[in-house]
Amino acid sequence: MIVAFAVAPLMTQTLAALRGVGKTFKTGTLALDNIDLDVEAGEFLSLLGPSGCGKSTILRLIADLETPTAGTISRPSPDLISDIGFVFQEPTLMPWASVFDNVYLPLRLRHEKRASAKPRVEEALALVGLSSFAKAYPRELSGGMRMRVSIARALVLKPALLLMDEPFAALDEIARFRLNDDLIRLKQELGTTIVFVTHSVYESVYLSTRIAIMTQRPGRIAAEISIPSGQKRDENFRMSTAYGTLCAAVSARLQAAMGDNA
Amino acid sequence: MIVSQSLRDSLRRYAPPLAVSVLTLAAWEAIVRIADIPSYQLPAPSLILTTLYEDRATLFASLLVTLKITFGALAAAVLGGALLAILFARWSWVERSFLPFAVILQVTPIIAIAPLLLVYLDAATAVLVCAFLVAFFPILANTSLGLASTNRNLIELFKLQRASAWQELFLLRIPAALPYFMAGLKIGGGLALIGAIAAELAAGASGQSAGLAFRIVEAGYRLKIPRMFAALALISFTGLAIYALLSVLSTLLLRRWHESETSRES
Repeated sequence: MIVAFAVAPLMTQTLAALRGVGKTFKTGTLALDNIDLDVEAGEFLSLLGPSGCGKSTILRLIADLETPTAGTISRPSPDLISDIGFVFQEPTLMPWASVFDNVYLPLRLRHEKRASAKPRVEEALALVGLSSFAKAYPRELSGGMRMRVSIARALVLKPALLLMDEPFAALDEIARFRLNDDLIRLKQELGTTIVFVTHSVYESVYLSTRIAIMTQRPGRIAAEISIPSGQKRDENFRMSTAYGTLCAAVSARLQAAMGDNA
Repeated sequence: MIVSQSLRDSLRRYAPPLAVSVLTLAAWEAIVRIADIPSYQLPAPSLILTTLYEDRATLFASLLVTLKITFGALAAAVLGGALLAILFARWSWVERSFLPFAVILQVTPIIAIAPLLLVYLDAATAVLVCAFLVAFFPILANTSLGLASTNRNLIELFKLQRASAWQELFLLRIPAALPYFMAGLKIGGGLALIGAIAAELAAGASGQSAGLAFRIVEAGYRLKIPRMFAALALISFTGLAIYALLSVLSTLLLRRWHESETSRES
């Protein structure tokens, strides 16, 4: 159920508020149980947990691709949904369309003319560093480049909220590190709020301002950890003791949460 | 250097099949001549070629008749098959209601339906309908499969973007189904010719509207065996030409993006 957001003003704007959300699939599997989660404007929230813990389901519920079987999800305005950017596990590009046409798609579906959409498509391609590949076809690109196209497509609408479902899981480490850095840069430039699903402790600590640790069967949020955002995220941070300590802490919480549930 | 390299590559590629074909024909010619086989038993390739030239007026007029039927039927099958597949994909009750009819038409041998069609329709129309019925199903079945096997994530992306059902159909499902449609078209093209020939045999039309199949039957009655072979050769070449034409079309449409038409090394 989706209700209009009508509570007293908050300190920060909440883009999505999940209250007691549960999801039971048609097969009878309880995927999510009693989830309370707020997505605050401007944050980088990671959902961290093992496979099958319902991380992706939370993302799909926020995107309104699925409806909860219990609890409520409230959003500040109903318009938010259509402006959500969603990046899937795979690049999910149309193989018959050029890079330009793939990024143009969300605008095209809003009946924007190609000519008037062109500057925005080019801007989105420039953001992910693919300006010179507008005419290429997806099969001519590497896995990392395809994922960049996918991100450009999600950004072309300048969404207030970007949902990413393990977008870099299939990439090699070199491509993943580069895209991690790109994502941090994009977030700073655009001020987009990001909810990011991952099963990598290292990735979540590197990227996030807040991590929600999840357990499986049924999917629950076991702990929320804020990551201090003081230090600049770069190669130095990746090698720093602070990063190592944070990773160890998050890893310990994840182990503890999984141990409770085992 | 590069030119000679590509020349050598294409030589290596095309020389063996070409040599085998030439050798087969030469062996055929030699056996007929050496064993002195009479032409009413087995004509030599050279005689078939001569017959093809001498009887060109009759044979090519008949070829034109058969070609018109084949391509008319194929065009109708493309229109009907693709349109019905789109209707099936758009409304599932249409699929549930009409698919049984399509399957019944497909599983009933065309040669058994032809005599009935000849009762109801004039010969030319009956032949066209037969060829259409044979070519129609593979196009329908393949296009349906293509429309149904569109990437789930892309469908969700369209839903997320609040795309209309028609936008989803034209911008997503139809392009995704194109390789499947082309596979169906390649099969349908060959079957349209087979359907046309089978129906011509059943109809036994003569005079102006006589197609190649009738020429074969007619030559058989008159024991003009070289002419039978000549007509048969024309049918084979027509089938090959249709297949080649549709393959080229498929390559032109899919080469930029579909695995089936892209070379491995690139």
